[in-house]
Amino acid sequence: MLEICPLAALPRGEARRVEADPPIAVFHTDDGEVFAIDDTCTHQDASLADGWLEGCEIECPLHASRFNLRTGEVDEPPAKLPVRTHEVVIVDGVINVVLDDAPPNLPPGVATRAAGEAAQ
Amino acid sequence: MKSVAVIGASLAGLSAARALRAQGFDGELTIVGGEVRRPYDRPPLSKEFLAGAIGEDALALEADDDDLNARWLLGVQATGLDATAGAVQLDSGTTVAADGIVVATGARARSWPASEGLAGVHVLRTVDDAIALRDELRSGARLVVIGAGFIGGEVASTAAKLGLDVTVVEAALAPLAGPLGVQLGATVARLHTEHGTRLLCGAPVAGLIGSDRVTGVDLADGRRLAADVVVVGIGAIPNIEWLRDSPLELANGVVCDEGGATSIPNVVAVGDCAAWHEPSVGWPHRVEHWTGALERPAVAVATLLAGGRHNGRPVKPPYFWSDQYNRRIQFAGIADPGDEITFEVGGPRDTSFLAVYRRGGEPVAVLGVDQPKLFTRWRRQLTVVPVPA
Repeated sequence: MLEICPLAALPRGEARRVEADPPIAVFHTDDGEVFAIDDTCTHQDASLADGWLEGCEIECPLHASRFNLRTGEVDEPPAKLPVRTHEVVIVDGVINVVLDDAPPNLPPGVATRAAGEAAQ
Repeated sequence: MKSVAVIGASLAGLSAARALRAQGFDGELTIVGGEVRRPYDRPPLSKEFLAGAIGEDALALEADDDDLNARWLLGVQATGLDATAGAVQLDSGTTVAADGIVVATGARARSWPASEGLAGVHVLRTVDDAIALRDELRSGARLVVIGAGFIGGEVASTAAKLGLDVTVVEAALAPLAGPLGVQLGATVARLHTEHGTRLLCGAPVAGLIGSDRVTGVDLADGRRLAADVVVVGIGAIPNIEWLRDSPLELANGVVCDEGGATSIPNVVAVGDCAAWHEPSVGWPHRVEHWTGALERPAVAVATLLAGGRHNGRPVKPPYFWSDQYNRRIQFAGIADPGDEITFEVGGPRDTSFLAVYRRGGEPVAVLGVDQPKLFTRWRRQLTVVPVPA
């Protein structure tokens, strides 16, 4: 489990990029829910934490693909593959993320650091 | 409406087909594409694909679960439109009959006059163009890029990274001076020069040299640039010649209202071939950006399904991005030389900044370099200031 930050440190409507491998993005929605997904858009290399948060959806800041934060599904193209979601657990007011062990859907030309090193 | 034909199978055509199904059209759908390939994404052709970092598979626009229930006719060109009969003639000799027609035939790269047959001279529009150019981008080769627009800037950036000796020549006073204006175009100029690319602005080209293969580029001021490879990035021409004998109003593109409606109720036009009425400009304005081809077809399809009437909802301001020298340039809105420009973050000499263009105090355009988060916020605040009628 990865400790992110106190819930109070991430205001509603805000997002935080967390340097994991691959990086993840944690969102606190206007409704008070907290979600974690892979930070990199599955279409092309862009940080979803920089995107536009609306309800339970994040819009990619580069090409406006929309992902459902709860399921990771694509709501609007051009993305074709869902973004991987991670379980969020709030422990004593602190946001924790349980990293999913399914393979991430990274965009073409982007690899995890681990995969990049293995390929060297 | 029982049948619709989408003429064009690139991003705008595919987006129109998706929008038709998403908006409840369950009739017969035919998609006609001039290229043999399934719909593919063009922006990587000057970047990751040209660099060899991604392959052709990564360009596919369709998802595995895209089920449009459409009839695809690929590798055929439309040659004529009989709107009253609802028929599109194809160069295969057949005709597609449809109650509604979406014109999405795009644009083609403008080539250098009489450069056909001169090896080493390239344009970049299709996968085949990109493959042909990629094969010639060898480290150490001398590349001259004509035009410092999107294609020229991105090809120069990719080629510089591949180790070529790159010179960009631009007739205007700065790169991207059209969309950004000269003042902020100069910030893009620095990107080139800081990365070892020579940039010559205010330098119109007089001609290409070489008999079988290009050897150089002559500038109007008398200078001669030696070249092993030349890329011509001087804009695109809308593919509208096939509509010449139709009743559609044509200018620099198919003339449309603010919702994609043409002069004929059962025909709409989208993407690079369409010139939609632009309130802030006051006349039909052809937007060649990828995002317009992605988003506007949904508006045009709503217009088509409503019998040629636009529902009046304004479209989003034009938006484009360009990746050059590991910097992400994003721009939204339509700038005018008279706009007041302020820097909200950073300044013109910084590697990352955000600049806002204001007209009458209202933000009408925004430029960000490596500022995606702030850029998105400003993009959503842009106002369209209509020109006085």
